[in-house]
Amino acid sequence: MDALLLARCQFAVTTVYHFFFVPLTLGLSILVAIMETIYVKTGNEAYKRMAKFWGVLFLINFAMGVVTGIVQEFQFGMNWSEYSRFVGDIFGAPLAIEALLAFFLESTFLGVWIFGWNRLSPKMHAASMWIVAFGSNLSALWILIANSFMQQPVGYTIRNGRAEMIDFFALLKNGHVWVQFPHVFFAGICTAAFFVIGISAYHLMKKSDDRFVWQQSMKIGTIYGAIGVILVMLIGHSQAQYMMKVQPMKMAAAEALWESENPAAMSLFTIGNEKKREDVFALKVPGLLSFLAYNRFSGEVKGINQLQMEYEESHGPANYVPPVAISYWTFRIMVGAGMVMLLLIVFLLVALFRNKFDFKPIVFGVLLWAIALPYLANTTGWIFTEIARQPWAVFGVLRTEAAVSPSVSGGAVLLSLVLFTLVYGALMVADIYLLRKHALAGTAKLNFHE
Amino acid sequence: MDLNTVWFALIAVLFVGFFFLEGFDYGVGVLHPFMSKDDKKRRVTINTIGTFWDGNEVWVLTAGGAMFAAFPHWYATMFSGFYMALVLLLLALIVRGVSFEFRSKDANPKWRSLWDWMLFVGSAVPALLWGVAVANLIRGVPIDANMNYVGGFFNLLNPYALLGGLMTLSLFTYHGALFLTLKTTDDILVKAQSIAQKLWLPTTILVFAFVIAGYFATDMFTRLGANPGVVPIIAGLALLLSGWFVKIRRSGLAFTMTGITLAASVVTVFIGLFPRVLVSSLNDAWSLTIYNASSSPYTLKIMTIIAVIFVPIVLVYQGWTYWMFRKRVSVNSELEY
Repeated sequence: MDALLLARCQFAVTTVYHFFFVPLTLGLSILVAIMETIYVKTGNEAYKRMAKFWGVLFLINFAMGVVTGIVQEFQFGMNWSEYSRFVGDIFGAPLAIEALLAFFLESTFLGVWIFGWNRLSPKMHAASMWIVAFGSNLSALWILIANSFMQQPVGYTIRNGRAEMIDFFALLKNGHVWVQFPHVFFAGICTAAFFVIGISAYHLMKKSDDRFVWQQSMKIGTIYGAIGVILVMLIGHSQAQYMMKVQPMKMAAAEALWESENPAAMSLFTIGNEKKREDVFALKVPGLLSFLAYNRFSGEVKGINQLQMEYEESHGPANYVPPVAISYWTFRIMVGAGMVMLLLIVFLLVALFRNKFDFKPIVFGVLLWAIALPYLANTTGWIFTEIARQPWAVFGVLRTEAAVSPSVSGGAVLLSLVLFTLVYGALMVADIYLLRKHALAGTAKLNFHE
Repeated sequence: MDLNTVWFALIAVLFVGFFFLEGFDYGVGVLHPFMSKDDKKRRVTINTIGTFWDGNEVWVLTAGGAMFAAFPHWYATMFSGFYMALVLLLLALIVRGVSFEFRSKDANPKWRSLWDWMLFVGSAVPALLWGVAVANLIRGVPIDANMNYVGGFFNLLNPYALLGGLMTLSLFTYHGALFLTLKTTDDILVKAQSIAQKLWLPTTILVFAFVIAGYFATDMFTRLGANPGVVPIIAGLALLLSGWFVKIRRSGLAFTMTGITLAASVVTVFIGLFPRVLVSSLNDAWSLTIYNASSSPYTLKIMTIIAVIFVPIVLVYQGWTYWMFRKRVSVNSELEY
């Protein structure tokens, strides 16, 4: 294996792994802050237990997100030094700002929250969790401002053999940020909601003590999840429409649309031949892709072959087609997981409306396993958005093979990839062990040193 | 002063903050398995930095981000050049970071012992590696005309750099022991005092050995000149004085002295480097400087505005948390970790 492929594998492993933990941090920080605020407003001790119980799970998850995030900050320089040189004038700024504005805030006030239960007034204590939530989501915003530059470079000019920033505010106003950030933000809310719903469902099924906590958690999780799922899908839809304009090749790959069509049909299930760029078997709904793209049943959606020709004209002869099968399936798994989440939320909203959360054990079991759905969608979503941008690291500006570090050998990357994978694997075991242990223990033993 | 110099100074400030704050964090992490065999007392040690360690660590993340934003070539050359060292550093920081949280969340003695040693290794390895990195920074590393490091991993492990590693390990541990004398009570306090007293001499020897070796291994002395200025002298004097303050049990002053030593040492290194950020051992002209490695004036201007606004805010609220949690930690305190 060559150094480039290994570096890409390592980026995929470390980034996908990091993003196992981030969405739960984003969503659950807000939820714990809400629970604690209810406690402060009502003085009902049950909400304090609730905030503490979900808070412990939040902390275990947060630690993993923080430490795997350090790798993110460093690995551009380590494995992608040419990338760092070429876009550092632009890309470094949001990363530095993220650390200065957001990392300091979230990590400092998380320490205050952990140690402040009896040292701060209840209001100040709840406020510190709101600050953590604000800091975490602010950090997501800045990292997505950075990522958006890779998806849709703006505010720069090529000068001195590199991309130089000419308009900082263009980076902030980049339309891509404002479809991507809300999508990620509400994905975080979905992740936290299904996490809370699943574990509450388990305790309701087992008829655990402190039923009030589980019932209320279930209610809060359902409302939170309804907001999250509906908005993540609506925004995801407008994001896809936006990508039709900005990166049409990405969407053509998502749909395995080889040739331009007008009106364009949407594939429900395609088995294709990527080399020959043709369908082997395809089940399609006529006109639907045009509708999704333009809100009407006509209009041309450009196909992969057409776009390849256009890029060859503008950027010179090369292959501009991303891996189609991966793009197609990750996109479908993401959307499919979203659909299932929506169905579950509708079902739970009906139960909430009837104020009855007593289901058959199988239903509780489904809800418990549904914790995995947002994780599946988050992961496939990121794999899709990064893979289907290939062969570009920065779309239209810098190809991935030109971004890799020339001074780092394949052997070194192989060694580091093995080390990261082993350590990450072991930590995942420890993390799940602790989450499971504390999730099952319920609210009775919140002092875990005994 | 141009913005390139401002950012060089600002990154120096971030590293001062990092060495001062994470210095004692690493030190406490290195010492904690040796402070006591009793779990409760070990927890006291960990809880002295429990509130702060995460916020302290952000100093180096911000320094890394600032290098990327202000001097992308510095960031790119150094991080790709010191590749395996950084992999080790990252792995250590990863296990260290989770060990605080993980250790406390299960009372099984074997589990706790596992994370005790993870915290130890995760603190000792970075403490060592930072010294190795600093030594190589001032010694110079093989960098070619295209700003690429051409050395390999073992080139970084030269005797001078290893001496640097031992020095920072020792200095951080000493600094950490002094931090513990400020934050603990009773027998843990006594233990911390005796450890600090024992660590002063070897630390001082290592620091002065590193300075003397620097005369042969680096161009720091020729650059600083016959009159090196007050900064390095303050660093040395403060270290000597700290030993005296430890002896007379003036913990606060002793800790202040090691803090001054760390800060003044970092400043000395940056003064010695200036205006270079990475010294090429192959050809002077191939060294990276604050001019040939920097971002555009526009980016530096934007980043300066942001730093001027937000660095003071960070200092205020981080300072507030230290004030808020200033009390000593004992077995009777509320121990969260």
